[in-house]
Amino acid sequence: MIAKEVEIILARQWASYLAMPIFIVDPQGTLIYYNESAEHILGRRFEETGEMPVAEWATLFKASDEAGKPLDSDTLPLVIALAERRPARRDFWIRGLDDVLRHIEVSAFPLIGLGQRHLGAMAIVWEVSA
Amino acid sequence: MKITLWGTRGSLASPGPETARYGGNTSCVEVRGGDGTVLVLDAGTGIRRLGATLPKTLRRVDVLLTHLHMDHIQGLGFFAPLRNPNVEVHIWGPASVTLGLRARLSRYLSPPLFPVHLRDMPSTVCLHEVPCAEFDVGEFHINSSLVCHPDPTVGYRIMTPDGVVVYLPDHEPALGAQQFPLSQDWTSGCALAENADLLIHDAQYTPQEYEDRVGFGHSSLPQAFEFGALAGVKHFVPFHHDPAHSDDDLDRLIAETVTAVKPPFQITPGAEGTTFALGTAEGTPGTKGNSGTG
Ligand SMILES: [Zn+2]
Ligand SMILES: [Zn+2]
Repeated sequence: MIAKEVEIILARQWASYLAMPIFIVDPQGTLIYYNESAEHILGRRFEETGEMPVAEWATLFKASDEAGKPLDSDTLPLVIALAERRPARRDFWIRGLDDVLRHIEVSAFPLIGLGQRHLGAMAIVWEVSA
Repeated sequence: MKITLWGTRGSLASPGPETARYGGNTSCVEVRGGDGTVLVLDAGTGIRRLGATLPKTLRRVDVLLTHLHMDHIQGLGFFAPLRNPNVEVHIWGPASVTLGLRARLSRYLSPPLFPVHLRDMPSTVCLHEVPCAEFDVGEFHINSSLVCHPDPTVGYRIMTPDGVVVYLPDHEPALGAQQFPLSQDWTSGCALAENADLLIHDAQYTPQEYEDRVGFGHSSLPQAFEFGALAGVKHFVPFHHDPAHSDDDLDRLIAETVTAVKPPFQITPGAEGTTFALGTAEGTPGTKGNSGTG
């Protein structure tokens, strides 16, 4: 068993109560948790998928800019927060498995635990109303 | 190895006729190895009597603090080896995000809360911050990791060929879990406690009390037993009893919970003076509990 750090366990429990979609990734980029509100963005239920490696979850939605041009994954806030260990935000459009185009604003930040342990990153998603 | 419970009460020392059997001293457990190595788990008020029983020839003792809440450090200033210039006292405990272990401990071991500074203790005091990489003390191989409790708090897993003892006196693994328990990897403390021969674990509240104390950092008796079952432990010691629970309350609450939960392990309620022998003469792991009179 690879146990989750207590900061990550508490982050999941907190996220499970929140209405904003929240994604949590580990230091390797594996999506280790997303809350119920995030399920409709991915079009999957966490109870069904469990954890997903980055290669898998990154294909579940298509991110594009205002003009419909696909975004490089390394410009996505969660990827920046993880790779560069700094907060990042931007707005963009995504089309999930439900084929709905959504305008979203994502704020992501690295998770640094006690003793400066790098634990991964967390992203909070706002849907921008039309 | 031999394990002795010197203090099993949570939160506040609670002496009195109604707590005489389980004891009123706060958290302190001795783990003594076959080679004479002495580990002291937490420095609650139970540590004073433990200190008085240590052999005069002892030159090193290791105190493993889970965290720095008062009920886990209050006895430290009264621990005899700290006043002995011939002894090395190694104290292991968590730093905070901004303060090291020395600064945190010195907040208590200095005036006005205590007359003597930690630095003025006659013994040689060596401080070690946890969680850290696994470490060895004598015959013991020890792992520590952060667990769910307010302020940085660790649990300890102590391993020898005789078996494994796990100490989680203050632990709320059910905090915020919409169903408890989740899987092992998503449950605080579970990797530490996995398949332990002896688990000494927080069991402070009744389910009704827990409802009013969510986030205080402790477990109800049923949650504690569910945790033990999830971790696959063999022998469970309910510990950190609520100061308001009398001996008769504890007898009744533990018996009721055993009947309701039917835990798949042996249970020995944590009473002051109880000893456990881990491993047998033949070297097979296993525990034998002995209710003491302490
Ligand atoms: Zn405590
Ligand atoms: Zn505590």
